[in-house]
Amino acid sequence: MVRFLLNDSEHCVDSGNPHTSVLEYLRERLQQVGTKEGCASGDCGACSVVLGEAIDGSMQYQAINACITPLATLQGKQLITVEHLKRDGELHPVQQAMVDCHGSQCGFCTPGFVMSMFAYRKNHQQPERHSIIEALGGNLCRCTGYRPIIDAAVQMYEPAVQDQFSARAAATVVALQSINDAEADINWTDPVSGKQYFAPCSLASLSQLLLQYPEASLVAGGTDLSLELTQSLREFDVLIYTGRVPELLQVYTSANELEIGAAVSYSACAEALCAHYPELRELLERLGSLQIRNQGTLGGNVANASPIGDMPPVLIALGARLVLRCGGDTREIPVQDYFVSYKVTAQQPSEFIERIVVPRPVPGYAFRVYKISKRLEDDISATCGAFYLKVQAGVVVDARIAFGGMAEIPRRASHCEQALIGQPWEEPAVDAAMLALGNDFQPISDFRASAQYRLSVSQNLLRRLYLELTHPGTAVRLDHYA
Amino acid sequence: MRKLPGADPQALAGSAIHGAPGADLKHESAHKHVSGEALYTDDMPTPANVLHAYVGMSNKAHARINSMDLGAVLAAEGVHSVLTLDDVPGHTDIGPAFPGDPLLADGVSQFWGQPLFAVAASSYDLARKAALLAQVEYEELAADLSIEQGLANDSFVRPSHTQQRGDAAAALAQAANVLRGEFRMGGQEHLYLEGQASLVIPVEDGGILLYTSNQNPSEIQKLIAEVLDIPMHLVTVDMRRMGGGFGGKETNANQWACIAALLARKTGRPVKIRLARADDMTTTGKRHHFSGTYQVGFDDHGVIQALDLELAGGCGMSPDLSDAIVDRAMFHADNAYFLPAARVVGHRVKTNTVSNTAFRGFGGPQGMVAIEGILDDIARAVGRDPLAVRQANFYGEEGERNTTHYGQKIEQHIIPGLVQRLEQQSEYQARRAAIIAFNRDSPVLKKGIALTPVKFGISFTLLHLNQAGALLHVYTDGSIQLNHGGTEMGQGLYTKVAQVVAHELQVDIETILCTSTRTDKVPNTSPTAASSGTDLNGMAARDAACKIKSRLLAFASEHFAVDVGAVRLHNNKLIAGEQEMAFAEFVQLAYLNRISLSATGYYRTPKIFYDREKAQGRPFFYFANGAAVSEVLVDTLTGEYKLLRADICQDVGQSLNPAIDIGQVEGAFIQGMGWLTTEELVWGDDGRLQTVNPASYKIPAIGDAPAEFNVELLPDSPNVEATIYHSKAVGEPPLMLGISVWSALRDAVSSLSDYRVSPRMDPPATPECVLRAVREISGEGGL
Repeated sequence: MVRFLLNDSEHCVDSGNPHTSVLEYLRERLQQVGTKEGCASGDCGACSVVLGEAIDGSMQYQAINACITPLATLQGKQLITVEHLKRDGELHPVQQAMVDCHGSQCGFCTPGFVMSMFAYRKNHQQPERHSIIEALGGNLCRCTGYRPIIDAAVQMYEPAVQDQFSARAAATVVALQSINDAEADINWTDPVSGKQYFAPCSLASLSQLLLQYPEASLVAGGTDLSLELTQSLREFDVLIYTGRVPELLQVYTSANELEIGAAVSYSACAEALCAHYPELRELLERLGSLQIRNQGTLGGNVANASPIGDMPPVLIALGARLVLRCGGDTREIPVQDYFVSYKVTAQQPSEFIERIVVPRPVPGYAFRVYKISKRLEDDISATCGAFYLKVQAGVVVDARIAFGGMAEIPRRASHCEQALIGQPWEEPAVDAAMLALGNDFQPISDFRASAQYRLSVSQNLLRRLYLELTHPGTAVRLDHYA
Repeated sequence: MRKLPGADPQALAGSAIHGAPGADLKHESAHKHVSGEALYTDDMPTPANVLHAYVGMSNKAHARINSMDLGAVLAAEGVHSVLTLDDVPGHTDIGPAFPGDPLLADGVSQFWGQPLFAVAASSYDLARKAALLAQVEYEELAADLSIEQGLANDSFVRPSHTQQRGDAAAALAQAANVLRGEFRMGGQEHLYLEGQASLVIPVEDGGILLYTSNQNPSEIQKLIAEVLDIPMHLVTVDMRRMGGGFGGKETNANQWACIAALLARKTGRPVKIRLARADDMTTTGKRHHFSGTYQVGFDDHGVIQALDLELAGGCGMSPDLSDAIVDRAMFHADNAYFLPAARVVGHRVKTNTVSNTAFRGFGGPQGMVAIEGILDDIARAVGRDPLAVRQANFYGEEGERNTTHYGQKIEQHIIPGLVQRLEQQSEYQARRAAIIAFNRDSPVLKKGIALTPVKFGISFTLLHLNQAGALLHVYTDGSIQLNHGGTEMGQGLYTKVAQVVAHELQVDIETILCTSTRTDKVPNTSPTAASSGTDLNGMAARDAACKIKSRLLAFASEHFAVDVGAVRLHNNKLIAGEQEMAFAEFVQLAYLNRISLSATGYYRTPKIFYDREKAQGRPFFYFANGAAVSEVLVDTLTGEYKLLRADICQDVGQSLNPAIDIGQVEGAFIQGMGWLTTEELVWGDDGRLQTVNPASYKIPAIGDAPAEFNVELLPDSPNVEATIYHSKAVGEPPLMLGISVWSALRDAVSSLSDYRVSPRMDPPATPECVLRAVREISGEGGL
């Protein structure tokens, strides 16, 4: 059974398939059809809804894609949909601004935009173009060309009225606390289909469950796993949700390292990561969409072992390690050794990623990461290169270079690294490293890019790196220019 | 101002009512869009016994179907029924213009994903899962998957067509300079946010009530009648709104509704069908991809002397609307330019892929990309700024320079002035100079700029479609119901037509409710397509309003004993001489005196004709014009780019609703840009579409909108033709303004050769395509 607040009313679900999505539940079970299905894969944002959570005694709001969010993960949260925004028959300021700015045409994407904008208004004191675009990059509109929507996202701050959600935030916090026993494991079995869902509340429970159900699938953000359900029509017998395990939700900075729990969302760890590696900001703004980053986790991005995940090359270049747990035992493994072959990892049955350990920057090293995709926002990389380099007295003394999208697993470019190490950090070494990259990778051609493009552009990223580090006056990146 | 036929546009300015033509009225459903209260087909409440239909699809591009065993499908959980072609009592082909579109594969799979059978189950999920269980035995046949393969095998869905002016070959032989080239351009997925959906409810007498997301209610009414073998009067179609159409629901919504109707007939229960996104993208047609070759002769200033252009549209497995689409590409192969001697050939190539269909612009964009690419090539060859070469080639007011290659005289010379205005307002020349300086100092990032015009012909080229009907009821409380044959897909049609009625009856727009498009209200309608929605339905609604108005005024004249010249409707009132009466009160009075308060309206477009045998005529009532300047920044190391600024001036005549028109212009521009940049359709060697969802097929996102986006509607330019209040169509024309982005990308890459080389950059100009052009122009070899 799961309990959550649907708008301001307690809502309890204890029957049906526990693996059903929030979207399916809203539309099919509750007949609340304001939330739309555009793609059922988290790529269009038409189904965006907002989750409210009581954190440290105050309400925090995030937009998510209802289509790829398992219903059961709503436990203890507040679900706000487009139907809940009107107050006493009056449009919410976000809705009114969209009307006034002509922000809807066909209107199908509009509920999703409204909810993303609602979350933005909750999270930003003032509107600002860059962050508006970041917040709405996961909402596709095929009609307007977006200009009026950006205008509306600015105008929605006038008048600066407190909405009903802010007005009753204190009561909402109390209500959420009353329905959410943070120390109670959740076990929801559907007697009809036999499908099971567990949401353990401690590392011990999680470890135990995985020993009991070694074939179970772990769900953290679910942004990848849910595609199996909605796109491949696959069925799972047992899902175990990691998002209620406190130990997996921590971000901890020690003297030398940053430790990120496996269930920490991108959004929750972005500030900590960018504080140490500001160069990660652009990548994190372009990784999926804000809805995806609010759900998706660093641990999931590693564990699903996709060759095109954006964070693995970063983690490999930075020399990050994984702490794996099985029952009461833990072991550490470098991220680069975790990936074995296509979608195969060094993880053993019943073992899971507990946390990711990222070394803090070492003085003297330069870090860069470059993502190449067809579209700048919310797109999967054709190639993603991460570079961690130390140049001393004009000579490259260390280089860790890793790519995603270039092989069946994300991995280091060792020939390329060797072509640089010990060489003067000058054009000839760059040329040699570019050439050597051809020995490191034989990428594939697919709908994202041809093999030739993947290799050529990856080689050119080395030149970009060189220019950026040695010719700071030369503009080499679109986003830096704009 | 010139004297205009029909209504006096100046009269509109004095209208005191709320929502008069010319007002920036909100979309009639805006408040419902933002609150989630606007219902789409899949949102409709369904009867408790509804079944959910889904289709089983082929996984061969071209194969004989030797056997199809549906035993496992029928046995699957929740399944109530299956449908094969043998179950169809009536027609089995639903081709809209020509046969070739079997409702379900007829013994042969003609494309990967072609529906083979359908299943009805108790839930959407169970229907989808059951549809995967069929055992199908195929015998694979040779498949043509590309335009080139189709051309090589002389495989066409319709005969080729030629338009000719003069002797192009002779003129080419005498031309001062000749360029030859070839090009390709990709197709485009509609990606309407609301996928295909229909809900069928069986009603009395064996009839069908259909709720559907469809641009063409009358066509689906006819097709359902045909497949069920029942008269059309037993089929009623109700279409309130679509979550986007863009041409993708002009014919491609029909198959699903027919399948649902057949399953409803077979089971006696309501049936809903909704395609999952990947299946929608796999089984529905797209904008046609094209290839072509050209020879162009021009003088040393870049003025065209002759053009020989062959266009080949990739039509897929059936004709669908491809004949008219390739025709429209040919009609727009001149764009805004006079072609003294021309030969334009259009081929309709058959391939074993999904049948391509209507998409905003309907072939026009492809013809225009071809000629705009050629103009850029000429400019590089003669070493002039592409804008100067374009201007030198514009149609002229006098002499021979004002006639198209298909014989239509250009009567409104709007483009030269419009382009000059845009050139100045966008500071094109100053920015061109600044860009040259920027590029000199920037080794990696390069800027490009381009101004491209659009001249787009308005009218269906299929003559009989240029008609429309409306139905108007005034109730005794003064409230009004409006109905017409046009469908609302977000373009604001219902809003604009209501504005027309508000003006004619002089009532506030809030008085008028536009109800869902229904075949039992207005029959025998045309698709809402070809940008014609407001032109046709606005005029039909005006006709209905004028009928009621004239009855009302005649009655008032008699009742109040006032000369008919002294009675009028004005600002929610009847004015009869010195007397005034509120509209609602007056209407009540008219009712008590037995005056009919309901009327139908009708309109057909005048003046148009086209003799296809001679390839000569006046196929278009008028042209809608526009131009755009785009400035881009290109990363020559990666091929990535960004649109920095766009300036647009669009001729919409006298706008009925500037806010809605600007929305159409901006949205179309971005959609056109998407087609030519990031939207790449990729098929596998097996003929299977690889890009089947928004994760893999990239339409523009919010960050792709330019930070500086200046859009103007050309002021003081009422349509000289008697269109509805001298407005112009706006749905499709601005899509082609997106060509300026593509041209600007070529300009940026051309800078690497100091503007001496015109880089080949076949759209979509993805970052990969741009990097390939960079490498070629830099002599580094292609990718």
